[in-house]
Amino acid sequence: MADAHFNAIVVGAGPAGSAAALTMAEAGLKVALIERGEFPGAKNVFGGVLYRKQIEDLIPEFWKEAPLERAIVEQRMWLLGNDSVAKFGHRNERYLDPPNCWTGLRVKFDQWFAGKAEKAGALPIYETVVTELIRENGRVVGVRTDREDGDLRADVVIVADGVNSLLGKALGAHQEWMPDQVSLAVKEMIALPKEKIQDRFNLEGDEGCTIEFIGQTAGMAGLGFLYTNQDTLSLGVGVMVSDLKKHHIKPYEVLDSIKQHPMIRRLIQGGEVKEYSGHLIPEGGFDALPPLSGDGWMLVGDAAQMVNAVHREGTNLAMLSGRLAGLTAIKAHQQGSFSAGMLKSYDDTIRASIVFKDLKKYRGMHSLMRDVDSELLFNKLPQALNDAVYQMLLVDGVTKKEKQKSAIKLLRSVAGGNMDLLRLGLKGWRAMNG
Amino acid sequence: MLHIVVCVKQVPDSREIRIDPKTNTLIRQGVPAIVNYFDLNGLEEALSLKDRFGARVTVVSMGPPSADKALKQCVSMGADEGVLVSDRAFAGADTLATSYVIALTVQKVEEVWGPVDMVFCGKQTLDGDTGQVGPGVACRLDLEQLTYVEKIEQLDEKRREIVVHRHLEDGIERVKAKLPVLMTAVAELNKPRRASLPGVLRAAEYKPIVWTTNDFANLDRAQIGLKGSPTIVGKTWVPEQKKIDTQMIGLDKGIESAATDLIGQLFSTELPAKLGWA
Ligand SMILES: Cc1cc2nc3c(=O)[nH]c(=O)nc-3n(C[C@H](O)[C@H](O)[C@H](O)COP(=O)(O)OP(=O)(O)OC[C@H]3O[C@@H](n4cnc5c(N)ncnc54)[C@H](O)[C@@H]3O)c2cc1C
Ligand SMILES: Cc1cc2nc3c(=O)[nH]c(=O)nc-3n(C[C@H](O)[C@H](O)[C@H](O)COP(=O)(O)OP(=O)(O)OC[C@H]3O[C@@H](n4cnc5c(N)ncnc54)[C@H](O)[C@@H]3O)c2cc1C
Repeated sequence: MADAHFNAIVVGAGPAGSAAALTMAEAGLKVALIERGEFPGAKNVFGGVLYRKQIEDLIPEFWKEAPLERAIVEQRMWLLGNDSVAKFGHRNERYLDPPNCWTGLRVKFDQWFAGKAEKAGALPIYETVVTELIRENGRVVGVRTDREDGDLRADVVIVADGVNSLLGKALGAHQEWMPDQVSLAVKEMIALPKEKIQDRFNLEGDEGCTIEFIGQTAGMAGLGFLYTNQDTLSLGVGVMVSDLKKHHIKPYEVLDSIKQHPMIRRLIQGGEVKEYSGHLIPEGGFDALPPLSGDGWMLVGDAAQMVNAVHREGTNLAMLSGRLAGLTAIKAHQQGSFSAGMLKSYDDTIRASIVFKDLKKYRGMHSLMRDVDSELLFNKLPQALNDAVYQMLLVDGVTKKEKQKSAIKLLRSVAGGNMDLLRLGLKGWRAMNG
Repeated sequence: MLHIVVCVKQVPDSREIRIDPKTNTLIRQGVPAIVNYFDLNGLEEALSLKDRFGARVTVVSMGPPSADKALKQCVSMGADEGVLVSDRAFAGADTLATSYVIALTVQKVEEVWGPVDMVFCGKQTLDGDTGQVGPGVACRLDLEQLTYVEKIEQLDEKRREIVVHRHLEDGIERVKAKLPVLMTAVAELNKPRRASLPGVLRAAEYKPIVWTTNDFANLDRAQIGLKGSPTIVGKTWVPEQKKIDTQMIGLDKGIESAATDLIGQLFSTELPAKLGWA
């Protein structure tokens, strides 16, 4: 056993863990940051978009030094039909100064972010897997690692080990996720010359754009994304695991077919696939939030399912929860107690934060996805909408009134009748406004 | 107590190296830096001697300030001290200038921590690849030189004798030598250990000792860095890749059948005999 004693051990140097470590180290706590990767971010995967607000709360004006790709000025939402697309989107120059969000690459960002915690004094312990939590009399007192003499003790352990959270499960904080509570995402990094990216996506300099798309996921609940980096594109799709099981389809097969879609194909044409990766996304939302703390431990980030899938916000909620857990640990350290009662104040600060409130707002999303036929939501409806728009814009001698009528008829028949269309609309509205 | 010096060089990870097709040079930018593989074999041997006989292990490296990471890794595995020899004036060194500075460094290590019994180098580096620095240091310090060591058969501390096996192309040479010696390590020598948790903790807080040009009393500035490096690179090129016949084995009969098929094909070649498997 290493004889060093730490105030806090953080398991996992993702956005949640590094935020917690940075917060505590800055306050002078003795912190160990344990990460299984060769370095933080080595194997981490996300879309992904990084948001300013929660990073700025930790590191003012970080964007002047952080490894970021492109500042997002435009976000597009596409509903894909078979050979068509209906588009929504928003572009605004005000997203530039200061930027609202950026695309980023985890390999670079996580390393930089954890480096900030290291500079503040957190002790990096990398290439080291935490195999279990050490408990004495029901209290977590440290961790066991896969290294020789690998036990390490601390007043509190912050569990930030991501969506699969083996440690969270060992704590009994949550069970194995249900197949309808997680999506499996696959992603390709596609290299393209800068100028091509700028031309194809209508961007100047370091401006970036994001596209999310629904439809063409073989009738399964899923969301695709295409993001612009400096000289690569991130193209991926996440599909609900329960649907993958039901359809016996592999996620990369979905991605392969999306790459052939005429609206996507032309954007990635000539690019070279540089990297391929896969990862789970927690989708259980509010009702899947586990207990967040106990005697000697706190749970942060994906390990606590803190992802707002509707707005693809995960890293920011992870950082916010990491910071709040860190602040709680600082308070506990000052008062000399890390009891369950003391650490409960972390739960309270989470309740008062956007993590809790935003997840609560979309509380119904999970059951909506679970209960409504995926085929309807993710295939028939987007297709019907495309067909309806096609007809509306086609000048073929049919009167506009006729066209409108048949468009509504089409949507209604797809949804299974007037009442069902109305019910679905209401359900959707409620799911978004829990 | 034995005093062992291990020379390590930080090199770009060869698994991640690519060659610029236009200029035919290594693209070093963005490639992660690691400790040269064979140097870790040298370190492991020093550490296992330390485990058996008790020894002081000092690791030295010439390189940029970022090479302190390599030294910390060595400390995490169990080295007692790491010295980084770093100065802009040392930059651009070829093997002549490198061996000069490393030799001076070993001498200074002796001044600070006492006489040195053994120096370990790797057999060669992953990037420079010359294998000249070890022998160069041995010559300059007038040490017995044992290259390509794959095994230390015996160490007699009292008689100050060592018996090693040298890995040669056509066999193994068993050599006895008097300490102090310089050995260059091959991969067959051992399997480098994984640092223990206390080792990692120590390394995380450890700050390597840094020596600059000012720390060497009799340094001849004409022999270091670019100035002291007569090597001129005439031309570099990438050897043409040999065309290898590739055959695809289908998985339609299942993985096991494919594996059996592969093994059968492998054993129909000369390779197993060459490797001594057959
Ligand atoms: C395809 C995809 C796209 C996404 N897009 C976005 C996006 O655009 N924007 C956004 O904000 N979010 C996005 N997310 C979500 C976001 O990635 C996560 O919410 C976020 O990474 C959570 O951070 P975390 O620190 O909790 O967990 P992670 O980032 O998963 O970090 C956990 C860390 O713990 C380490 N670890 C795990 N177990 C152990 C152990 N036993 N011992 C030691 N170390 C361990 C891991 O190696 C890892 O470094 C996306 C996710 C996916 C999969
Ligand atoms: C043709 C050619 C062109 C080169 N061009 C460049 C260039 O443009 N830029 C550049 O930076 N380098 C260049 N180098 C590399 C540089 O000259 C060598 O890296 C350096 O002199 C050491 O030689 P080596 O790497 O071949 O080491 P080797 O002789 O193969 O090393 C043997 C052992 O010596 C020890 N050792 C070697 N170097 C060190 C060190 N620095 N500190 C501690 N121990 C050490 C290690 O134990 C190592 O395993 C070039 C080398 C050659 C041959």
